[in-house]
Amino acid sequence: MPAKGANIQARARAVEAPAQEPRSPEGPNGVRIRSVDRVFVTRRGEVAALAGMSLDAAPGEIVAVVGPSGCGKSTLLELICGLQEPDGGTVEADPAALMPQRDLLLPWLDATDNAALALRAHGTPREQAREAARPWLERFGLAGFERSRPAELSGGMRQRVAFLRTLLAGKPVLALDEPFAALDALTRLEMQGWLGSLLAREPRTVVLVTHDVEEAVVLADRVVVMSPRPGRTVAELAVGLSRPRHRTDPEVVALRERALEALGIPR
Amino acid sequence: MSTRVGVSGAEAGVVVRTEIRVFRAAGRLVLGWRTIVFLLVLFGAWELYVDLGGADSLILPPPHQIAQSLYDDRSLLWSNFLVTAREIVSGILVAAVAGLALAVSLHLSRTLRRALYPLLVASQAIPVVLVAPLLVLWLGFGFAPKLIVIAIVCFFPIVVTTLDGLAAVDPDLVKLMRTFDASRAATFRHVELPAALPGLFTGMKIASVFAPIGAVFAEQAGSNKGLGYVFQQAIPQLLTARAYAAVFILAAFAIALFALLTLAERLLLPWAYEPRGDNRA
Repeated sequence: MPAKGANIQARARAVEAPAQEPRSPEGPNGVRIRSVDRVFVTRRGEVAALAGMSLDAAPGEIVAVVGPSGCGKSTLLELICGLQEPDGGTVEADPAALMPQRDLLLPWLDATDNAALALRAHGTPREQAREAARPWLERFGLAGFERSRPAELSGGMRQRVAFLRTLLAGKPVLALDEPFAALDALTRLEMQGWLGSLLAREPRTVVLVTHDVEEAVVLADRVVVMSPRPGRTVAELAVGLSRPRHRTDPEVVALRERALEALGIPR
Repeated sequence: MSTRVGVSGAEAGVVVRTEIRVFRAAGRLVLGWRTIVFLLVLFGAWELYVDLGGADSLILPPPHQIAQSLYDDRSLLWSNFLVTAREIVSGILVAAVAGLALAVSLHLSRTLRRALYPLLVASQAIPVVLVAPLLVLWLGFGFAPKLIVIAIVCFFPIVVTTLDGLAAVDPDLVKLMRTFDASRAATFRHVELPAALPGLFTGMKIASVFAPIGAVFAEQAGSNKGLGYVFQQAIPQLLTARAYAAVFILAAFAIALFALLTLAERLLLPWAYEPRGDNRA
């Protein structure tokens, strides 16, 4: 295990620099996390967020991670994105872009500029970045709202702009942190259907963190169930159902029940 | 095609309506009817108080004498007002530029912040009355010492509010930019700087109220023009009404500046007044 100093250094560097780029040599490798530990030092002592957590996502695979609140799901995504370094174990991942739980759109930019933020961050001139984002906005059902600021958009629309922003970052891995948790139940169902059909057309390696077991079973190829803190994998369910899936399909319901059982929730 | 025209027509309507709303809001700030009623009651009570012998009119001139002076001395007051107004506006602008620059430096460098922030706070405890004569000694009776005094007075609120705006940026947003491989400079330009602009405006609005006080102190320390000079000359000549008239003009100017900045903020940063949709989670 490397000296603790090295870790602290890496983190200090990360505060100023962009996220650390691929720890994978070349080619698409997806995500490989091997018995990772992550400990946070707080005023009340050390808190282990992850202990011996392992997770794989093959290129193009959609992996859902479910677990109780505070089980280190968000930490896991930040490790995948290179925003944190593990205290033990290894993280290998293709470059990943994060979609945070809250949409975090910039209130002074319209939908197009918000969607094109990653391009602008690389120094693409504004008009060129907008041009690149425009066809996507239409594909995302946001035609007519290209010039609307976030305050003028509905919750579902804002989430779609935020998702597009992550997609246009052009990273092979998408790290989605409870993308629909802030939406009302109806919009959430609608957005789950939308994301499912989108990923069918635009395959990406996806790690989807959610507390919604049904969402996990409907969208993912594989569901990873985590233990309470310190988080580690306690069960893995291969979904292997054809798409589109419906939440009332008997197979979906059965898998949902198995996942809930793994979470320790009795039938 | 026709739908397209219809949409842009509706958009134009929204824009015009928004602007009308903005102008009305700024207008209300200058002279709402409630303000006028309140002022009339205040001036009435003041007039009665002095007329009934509550205070010598040489110490507290009644409003009608002030109004009389505003009219009689209008050319004197106007020419000196222009001098002071120029000092105040330039002082606020200098303070805004310097304040933004310092706030950004303090935000980007923890070392600078640790070293300079306490000194910045301490600098505000130094009475302007003490510094103004020194500046006059160094820089003469001209425009420069006034500009510096006003800028010093306005500087602090602008630095503090701008720095708070920079610091209030959601850390998750900074993380997001890092996963987009954004450099520190790109994150600053696209995320932090725009987020700090409402703070800059707030600081300037506070400054617009302090600036006239700074101007009067600076002019009293050494000058031969400006409303502070008029004020200083009027008191020993027992022209108290004229001194009050000068103060009245300064107060009116402060209100106008404040309203102007509010208007500019609403037009330039309309998003800062919209309900924030992203904080519901």
